Amino acid sequence: MIASASIPSQPMPIGSGISDRLSKKASRHVKERIIEGLLFSAAAFSVFVTIAIVYVLVKESWVFFQTVPLSDFLFDTQWTPLFDDAHYGIMVLLSGTLTSSGVALLVAIPLGTIIAIYLSEFAGFKVREIAKPFLELLGGVPTIVYGYFALTFLTPILQKIYPDLPGFNLLSAGLVMGIMIIPYVASLSEDAMRAVPMSLREGSYAMGATRLQTALWVVTPAATSGIASAYILGISRAVGETMILAVAAGMQPNLTFDPTEPGATITSYIVQVALGDLPHGSIGYQTIFAAGLTLLLMTLFFNLLGYWLRKRFREVY
Amino acid sequence: MQIQTGVEAGVEGALLKADVRELDFYYGAFHALKRVSMPIYDHRVTALIGPSGCGKSTLLRCFNRMHDLYPGNRYAGGGIVLYPDDTNLLAPGVDPIEVRMRISMVFQKPNPFPKSIYENVAYSLRVRGMRNKSELDDRVESALKGAALWSEVSNRLKELGANLSGGQQQRLCIARALASDPEIILFDEPTSALDPIATASIEELITELKEKVTILIVTHNMQQAARISDFTGYMYLGEMVEFGVTDQIFIKPQKKATEDYITGRFG
Amino acid sequence: MLKPADLDAIRAIIARAKRWDLFFSLLGILSLMVGVLTFTVLFVDMAIQGVPRLSFDFFTSFPSRRAENAGILSAWVGTILVMLVTALSAVPLGVAAGVYLEEYAPKNWMTDIIEINISNLAGIPSIVYGLLALGLFVYYFGFGQSILSAGLTLALLILPVIIVATREAIRAIPQSIHEGSYACGATTWQTVSDHILPYSSAGILTGVIIGMARAIGETAPIITIGALTFIAFLPTAPFAGDPPAGLFDWIFAPFTVMPIQMFNWTSRPEAAFTVNAAAAGFVLVFMTLAMNGLAIYVRYRLRKNIKW
Repeated sequence: MIASASIPSQPMPIGSGISDRLSKKASRHVKERIIEGLLFSAAAFSVFVTIAIVYVLVKESWVFFQTVPLSDFLFDTQWTPLFDDAHYGIMVLLSGTLTSSGVALLVAIPLGTIIAIYLSEFAGFKVREIAKPFLELLGGVPTIVYGYFALTFLTPILQKIYPDLPGFNLLSAGLVMGIMIIPYVASLSEDAMRAVPMSLREGSYAMGATRLQTALWVVTPAATSGIASAYILGISRAVGETMILAVAAGMQPNLTFDPTEPGATITSYIVQVALGDLPHGSIGYQTIFAAGLTLLLMTLFFNLLGYWLRKRFREVY
Repeated sequence: MQIQTGVEAGVEGALLKADVRELDFYYGAFHALKRVSMPIYDHRVTALIGPSGCGKSTLLRCFNRMHDLYPGNRYAGGGIVLYPDDTNLLAPGVDPIEVRMRISMVFQKPNPFPKSIYENVAYSLRVRGMRNKSELDDRVESALKGAALWSEVSNRLKELGANLSGGQQQRLCIARALASDPEIILFDEPTSALDPIATASIEELITELKEKVTILIVTHNMQQAARISDFTGYMYLGEMVEFGVTDQIFIKPQKKATEDYITGRFG
Repeated sequence: MLKPADLDAIRAIIARAKRWDLFFSLLGILSLMVGVLTFTVLFVDMAIQGVPRLSFDFFTSFPSRRAENAGILSAWVGTILVMLVTALSAVPLGVAAGVYLEEYAPKNWMTDIIEINISNLAGIPSIVYGLLALGLFVYYFGFGQSILSAGLTLALLILPVIIVATREAIRAIPQSIHEGSYACGATTWQTVSDHILPYSSAGILTGVIIGMARAIGETAPIITIGALTFIAFLPTAPFAGDPPAGLFDWIFAPFTVMPIQMFNWTSRPEAAFTVNAAAAGFVLVFMTLAMNGLAIYVRYRLRKNIKW
């Protein structure tokens, strides 16, 4: 009866049905449990990181909202927390975030999708083997470098086309941000498309469909949820991107949806405050946590939506 | 290979639809089909039998150029001549897409697209550029009737194809293949993933379908070949060992190897 | 049955469909080229601006108010030290978490929470990690604006990357290896330490390198913890100075890192500083490219060498 070996930690006497050699060694058992416990705490640590993030942001924001009513925060149309006549309308920063993200997504989603379809359905093995690592490199360039590129290279070129374009503008930052996001959208969408089983493609080709017909009418619809979660990741990246905007879009709060104007985003505002010398505990210090909490809620929403899409619509082939 | 003496009796005025002539085919370095020859008769069911890996599916997939989808596959000699055009399907100048529009295929596992029942059947028509709604409706209905599925799905055409049972899914795939009026339909072990009842209904359907199209079917089930086919080819190790009228092959095979396989002494 | 006119109609349809195929292929290549070209232009532009500035002095000088004297000594030393802290804290933690989730975790709600949580952490913007570090490391734990604070912040940031890479590397090991080990009477930990970790080490290494490459370029969270941008000194080496510094005193030293130095120079209006920014950017991109290249190479070798 080996099953009874789960009870004793010391060897049972011979004759009780279990031999010395088959009983569990207490020392080995304890060591295993300790290791498992250590590994578990490493995994559980990640949960504490989330809790800590929420705690820090909520704690500081709580103090902030003692001073500034939530209605002002949501509906005021000015953001001037460091002026004497302080206004705290997050809408102003949101407009910058939405405008720059909009420009970025107009670049990243079409190009990323086309690249994904091309790599998954059209390109040969060789092209894919070269293009994939290259896309990874494109995604690995530090964002500060992209910011430098937007400011010193793209903006002067855009100014030749629109002479009125200011040196700091959301357009240039948004375009470069779009290029930065292409690899995320392309790579995840391509993974989703390649997960579509070959039998579906064969079914389509057997009807006399071309590559494009197969890609657009069979593969893409079958991979919809994966592609949607790739888009959502792209949106979440755009909303959270900081340095490109801090460098190239100026950091003036500006309630606008016109990308040719300069503007501050939630993220670039946090950088601006952190660059200055705000005392710990001042209302200015707390604003960045309130702004950060807004950002966290936005990205949390997108992340959970993406996670849910991946789980919920796990394709039925 | 050797055409049985009794084959003429089985032809009885049937026209040749296609003719495989000394076909050689390679997967990379692997010689998968070795100088295979066989005739395909119009409006008849031809079955290919043989142990796994004998090349029967490989031969089937040559008919609509499915091998062109993967790199490393090579048609190395001979060909498949389609009548009445008298063209070699495997000639380099022939467009595989055109071949597939004329020769459709039903796969081993039902593979409905993740679309509605209606759109699954309409797919092969849309591929041909058909956009007219009422014409599409008519063709979808007649294809579903042809596949003996209409009565079961006529009131749920908007549902996903994947919601049907296995046997229904396979009939949906047959309707999809049928919708565009192909000249030949290829069946690659179409019942191997189905239960006996669904299998019986597909077999019945296949015998009905030969009124409309020529059928080539791969099966590892010898009884199935005996039940539904007019002609049978036995393949082994990439070669066509024997081809003939089905009754002859099963009752009085000419070759010892065929007899061993059919009587279950081998395979 | 088949009339030649039908065949002609079919051919016309195929020809049209194929033109669309060709058009899309070109569009695909063009889109890829947008990425390739942007990267090339970015790299070449920065090289043209910055490479002439890359002298020996540039690497051995501190930043300065005069652009032509300024260098990146404190920045690259700072980057290396911060990366050291990051690697030492993130790698053991991330690998352990990955091993737990693949080899130990039971299927229950707790595991589900950990999984959702990790995928969510990967999607949190880096600047939010900066806010966490500002509230927690800088003020609550009192680490200040130190190498330790920065290293730990980046460690939290790349933790999900390492966990995910570890899990993928472990998942690539066939189940038969597990079974073989257990069949020899090994415990779970013996299986992990004798088989799973050694066989997945190259895959894990790839993930670690990619994570570190990302950390090296991160700017926003380090700015957020309030790291100074003008640092004209190095942290004291262990046992140096008077009174002698302890072995780990350097981790509490103020610091700057490469991307911060570049940001600092980029935001200056004078053209001479822009040149410095380009030079620093070139070094930074070169570092991340080298790391990514190394990761690609390790993965390539891995695919070549391992046959299950």
